[in-house]
Amino acid sequence: MATRHSRSAARIMMAPAVILLLGWMLVPLTMTLWFSFRKFLPLRGGDLGWAGFENYVRFVSSSSFWPSVQATLMIVGGVLVVTVILGVLLALLLDQPMWGQGMVRVLVIAPFFVMPTVSALVWKNMFMDPVNGVLAHLWKFFGATPVEWLSQASLQSIILIVSWQWLPFATLILLTAVQSLDREQLEAAEMDGAPSLKRFWFIILPHLSRAITVVILIQTIFLLSIFAEIFVTTQGSFGTKTLTYLIFQRVLESQNVGLGSAGGIYAIILANIVALFLMRIVGRSLDA
Amino acid sequence: MARAVTPRRKALNTLIAWAIGLMIFFPILWTILTSFKSEAQAINDPPLFLFFDWTIENYGVVQDRSDYMRYLWNSVIIAGGSTLLGVVVAVPAAWSMAFVPSKRTKDILLWMLSTKMLPAVGVLYPIYLLFIELGLLDTRTGLVIVLMLINLPIIVWMLYTYFKEIPVDILEAARMDGATLRGEILHVLMPMAVPGIASTILLSLILAWNEAFWTLNLTAAKAGPLTAFIASYSSPEGLFFAKLSAASTMAIAPILILGWFSQKQLVRGLTFGAVK
Repeated sequence: MATRHSRSAARIMMAPAVILLLGWMLVPLTMTLWFSFRKFLPLRGGDLGWAGFENYVRFVSSSSFWPSVQATLMIVGGVLVVTVILGVLLALLLDQPMWGQGMVRVLVIAPFFVMPTVSALVWKNMFMDPVNGVLAHLWKFFGATPVEWLSQASLQSIILIVSWQWLPFATLILLTAVQSLDREQLEAAEMDGAPSLKRFWFIILPHLSRAITVVILIQTIFLLSIFAEIFVTTQGSFGTKTLTYLIFQRVLESQNVGLGSAGGIYAIILANIVALFLMRIVGRSLDA
Repeated sequence: MARAVTPRRKALNTLIAWAIGLMIFFPILWTILTSFKSEAQAINDPPLFLFFDWTIENYGVVQDRSDYMRYLWNSVIIAGGSTLLGVVVAVPAAWSMAFVPSKRTKDILLWMLSTKMLPAVGVLYPIYLLFIELGLLDTRTGLVIVLMLINLPIIVWMLYTYFKEIPVDILEAARMDGATLRGEILHVLMPMAVPGIASTILLSLILAWNEAFWTLNLTAAKAGPLTAFIASYSSPEGLFFAKLSAASTMAIAPILILGWFSQKQLVRGLTFGAVK
């Protein structure tokens, strides 16, 4: 039924979205690429000419580069481990028969809808405050000395906050996958006497592998660019300066646009490597 | 699908699940509770759980001091505007890709998705500069445009997966019965498409409401939405727990309620159809 007429109509219907996204992608990207090769200091003389690859070299050789890569990897890796493991366990639990299942699910999912600035501030002040925070009271209750979370255990604290925000996402997706499990296969295995750990390892986990991959890839893309959680808690101090935050500081705080843009290009390349894997999986599901 | 288990097992499941659920929800619950305390009781040692003098005074103070309504209004305009604009642009695109697919449809869809992967910080300065040049810095219009663009790929994708599920045969049946093109769209397609469009709108509203990179970097006092309003509490003012809680509760309540309605659609929207 796709006549030539409907084809050209389709093209016109698609045009606005395609043109907008093309512009949104190309214009800023070209500018970033251009700036990254310039010595560009808006507050100290403006555009001072061609810089070649100097910004790229300086960005990676600055003393804050490797720590920022490390912080980024720790945060992304830490959150992934926490959310995937707890997400699988929670999904399996929520799949069990129980009273008030819908209500429990609502409780578990709620953190996802809390805006990042709120969750960061609530955790920072009301939970991690070393004097009045809930955790400090809890520690004192058990006779321990309260921890100064955001300075003494800064990375762990950020991981905790971000994991709390993303656990619902992982749980929800894994729960969807668990629910599509073949019950008969599972029951057959149970009747054959396979212990529950074996059933989990050989039937449930392989079934979840695709959903887990999707969770990991999508979260990685979002986690690589977390910003507000650091902006309102540590402002990048105590070893929590991620790549994203470092670039933000270079560009807007120290107004070294050339240097920051080179960093931006690195971040774009990094994100694209992850994206490539995700696209492959998504592309395959389009064919199905 | 309900499976037969012993009542004891079911009771145990219920107990564990509720305990964990409440633990995960606790920070939100605690924030809501604290918002009804006085500042002194908010930092009482030991912490007061339910038995304190309930007051709504904090809500009034927050409104008076920081003009909460203005930020709320900015959030509403920015989230609503970007969603509306996004849907207007995305519906025709998703529609044509779902009903008149071509060889390139898949590539276009994947390419759209790839624009979503662009790390925001990589293009921060160009956007900042363009905003200054165009006079869009700290305006709601500017944020409506940016948030529309960052959510557009998700909106297109989600609509596409919904439209794809509408059976094409039904169109031909309607045509045989003598329906005009207008009647076809109005009476046959629209009723089937509306639920999908509604859940897409819901998800887009949530994402735009909570977006906290562009809203923090491109606004100041004038066009700042609730994300920026809360961030302003990261100064020592945040040490007033009860007021911080009241402000936080007001910022998250609308979207928490919307979010609960949309939990099923969330999976589809955020995995781009890779998990259904």
